[in-house]
Amino acid sequence: MNEKAKAPAAEPKSRANQKKELPEHLKSYKHVWVMLELERGVVHPVSWELLGEGRKLADQLKVDLGAVVLGPPGGTDASVADAFAYGADVCYVVENPALVDYRNEPYTAVMTELVHKYQPEILLLGATNLGRDLAGSVATTLLTGLTADCTELAVDADGSLAATRPTFGGSLLCTIYTLNYRPQMATMRPRVAPMPLYQAGRTGRIVRHDVSLPEDDIITKILAFLPDGSTDKANLPYADIVVAGGLGMQNADNYLLVRQLADVLGGEWGGSRPLVQKGWISSDRQIGQTGKTIRPRLYIAAGISGAIQHRVGVEGADLIVAINTDKNAPIFDFAHVGIVADAALALPALTEAFRKRLSAAATRPAAE
Amino acid sequence: MHIVVCVKQVPDSAQIRVHPVTNTIMRQGVPTIINPYDLFSLEEALRLRDRHGGEVTVVTMGPPMADTALRKCLTFGADRAVLLTDRFFAGSDTLATSYALSFLIKKVSENWGAPDLIFCGKQTIDGDTAQVGPGVAKRLNLLQLTYVSKIESFDMEAREITVDRRAEGGIQVLKTKLPCLITMLEGTNDIRRGSIEDALRGARTEIITWNAAQAGITDLTLCGLRGSPTIVKKVFAPKPRDEKAFQIEVEGKSMSDISDALIAEIGKRQPVLERDMLKGAMSY
Ligand SMILES: Cc1cc2nc3c(=O)[nH]c(=O)nc-3n(C[C@H](O)[C@H](O)[C@H](O)COP(=O)(O)OP(=O)(O)OC[C@H]3O[C@@H](n4cnc5c(N)ncnc54)[C@H](O)[C@@H]3O)c2cc1C
Ligand SMILES: Cc1cc2nc3c(=O)[nH]c(=O)nc-3n(C[C@H](O)[C@H](O)[C@H](O)COP(=O)(O)OP(=O)(O)OC[C@H]3O[C@@H](n4cnc5c(N)ncnc54)[C@H](O)[C@@H]3O)c2cc1C
Repeated sequence: MNEKAKAPAAEPKSRANQKKELPEHLKSYKHVWVMLELERGVVHPVSWELLGEGRKLADQLKVDLGAVVLGPPGGTDASVADAFAYGADVCYVVENPALVDYRNEPYTAVMTELVHKYQPEILLLGATNLGRDLAGSVATTLLTGLTADCTELAVDADGSLAATRPTFGGSLLCTIYTLNYRPQMATMRPRVAPMPLYQAGRTGRIVRHDVSLPEDDIITKILAFLPDGSTDKANLPYADIVVAGGLGMQNADNYLLVRQLADVLGGEWGGSRPLVQKGWISSDRQIGQTGKTIRPRLYIAAGISGAIQHRVGVEGADLIVAINTDKNAPIFDFAHVGIVADAALALPALTEAFRKRLSAAATRPAAE
Repeated sequence: MHIVVCVKQVPDSAQIRVHPVTNTIMRQGVPTIINPYDLFSLEEALRLRDRHGGEVTVVTMGPPMADTALRKCLTFGADRAVLLTDRFFAGSDTLATSYALSFLIKKVSENWGAPDLIFCGKQTIDGDTAQVGPGVAKRLNLLQLTYVSKIESFDMEAREITVDRRAEGGIQVLKTKLPCLITMLEGTNDIRRGSIEDALRGARTEIITWNAAQAGITDLTLCGLRGSPTIVKKVFAPKPRDEKAFQIEVEGKSMSDISDALIAEIGKRQPVLERDMLKGAMSY
């Protein structure tokens, strides 16, 4: 260990950078796994997105795609069926009363046990609070590599997982490998991958695994779960729809137009940093580098110029709509749809139009 | 009571520039700051100390110049600061980082008592993995409470803590035993100014500095680049989006027509979203 122990330069390269032959005990690791985030009967959509990505990796590697489904007794059937429909070949199912809600201790214990027993070569989780909490513990227990918050997953020619993630506030991307350890672990951001096709009736193999998790041995207890909505806190990072205003709203009264549109859409409202400084909004509603990073399905920005510090907080949105009087505003460089107009006029019109559209839908019978 | 707070010195990302040709990060001259997320944890630790007595030790693993971040923590009111620095740590990924930090914390325990609580930031603004907290907890065999938005109660006698933890779709109220490791959510508090006395003390106090051997680390193959299973193979700039925003026709149109056109455009680009919105409307 005292061979030339020179401090490496800032960008690491050298010995670790090469693929060695895997140690004997890791050679048997096969198959791609996705850990399903099942909470209170609902699977986080990122798990389906991961099954879509995992399917591609498994096909390329010619291995099975496994889904790990943890839950309370009798609480996993629907999720297992959905996992097959979204592309899983095998479901590893663990049902136990201790798994009714997510807790780090029992989940880490079960995941680790499953990995040791069934030996996947790739293990993917969502880059959510649950996924990041669990993945960090599991990877450390297994002493393997974990790439965080990926936006792209691929396998390269020699079958290694190439996990790409943004870095330095989105100004760079890097591709990370775990060459000499198994499983290769990664978490992936919600909504960067498309939802895979739901193939109703598709089935697969179920592997049930029993674990002993006496509640008395688990130290952390869940005293309550307070669903959002019963609290009045801003929940921007998790919102599906966000409407935000900037200095182009001109004054605090006009800013209310932003809230009105958000209310009609059932979304959250927020703003650029200067609005916090002006006291029009509270700091938990600031969006951007020093505020919240949001990843809604729809982001509507009114009177926001699109500075880089704002941009990095919103770029993950599926659809960005910008309203700005200046057709050269930088926000039009990364928005998908633009309207060159006065926000104080456009927002009320838009609110009214959405209200009409939604109430028309509400009075029509469901047309699924 | 003894609380250990892990902080990381990071480049001020607002000022990071990327070399246009080599795609390397130009760190020269970029000022460093304490990872902003760590300040929420530090403030929470200081408040607990102020209320319950005891000491707050801040620790970091980093280059020698990371002592400035620690000194800053002293000016906020931390009681002592320890820097773990050694060339063997260069190139650490999160697994190697948690390895080194676990030894650092063990050594701190030997010197000043085992911590009742360890705080980490939720994540950093440079590596941004949120993996070191869980890693340190696992290495030290501690329970972890991540994404904590509020400490509801703290009972030194019963050695119990109750917190609000941000989960998907709501808040988990969790109760666990000390010692444990906590990562605080951003925006949960504001770091204090620190008193004049603390400012003076921060300037004068010696930063305790250990190398790998002094922290009790004997297996250097588990440190730095060699102890890191992940390998950064490629760093590159994202492709700029080549099309600008699609502009809704506004010339000569009424606001209401413009609005309808936008709604149609949203429906075209995000049909699933539109379906969900209509479904949501029906459940009113
Ligand atoms: C270290 C650092 C961190 C920062 N962090 C953040 C952050 O987290 N979030 C953030 O948002 N900013 C942040 N900033 C500030 C950022 O650089 C910008 O200054 C800020 O985002 C600008 O806010 P704005 O777009 O509302 O205002 P402006 O840049 O003033 O833009 C106003 C826009 O409104 C348009 N407009 C004017 N009138 C109308 C009208 N009637 N209708 C429609 N449009 C109109 C204008 O054309 C203009 O484009 C940070 C800056 C620094 C240095
Ligand atoms: C571009 C880039 C991408 C990277 N991607 C990965 C990756 O995907 N997987 C991986 O394993 N590593 C990765 N790394 C390496 C990783 O950044 C380092 O391991 C780093 O030392 C700690 O990780 P972090 O900055 O992500 O910390 P986080 O896990 O985000 O930090 C959480 C908290 O842990 C504490 N903490 C973290 N580092 C220290 C420290 N040195 N001293 C004291 N406390 C600390 C702080 O309280 C901090 O708030 C990456 C590095 C870079 C530059």
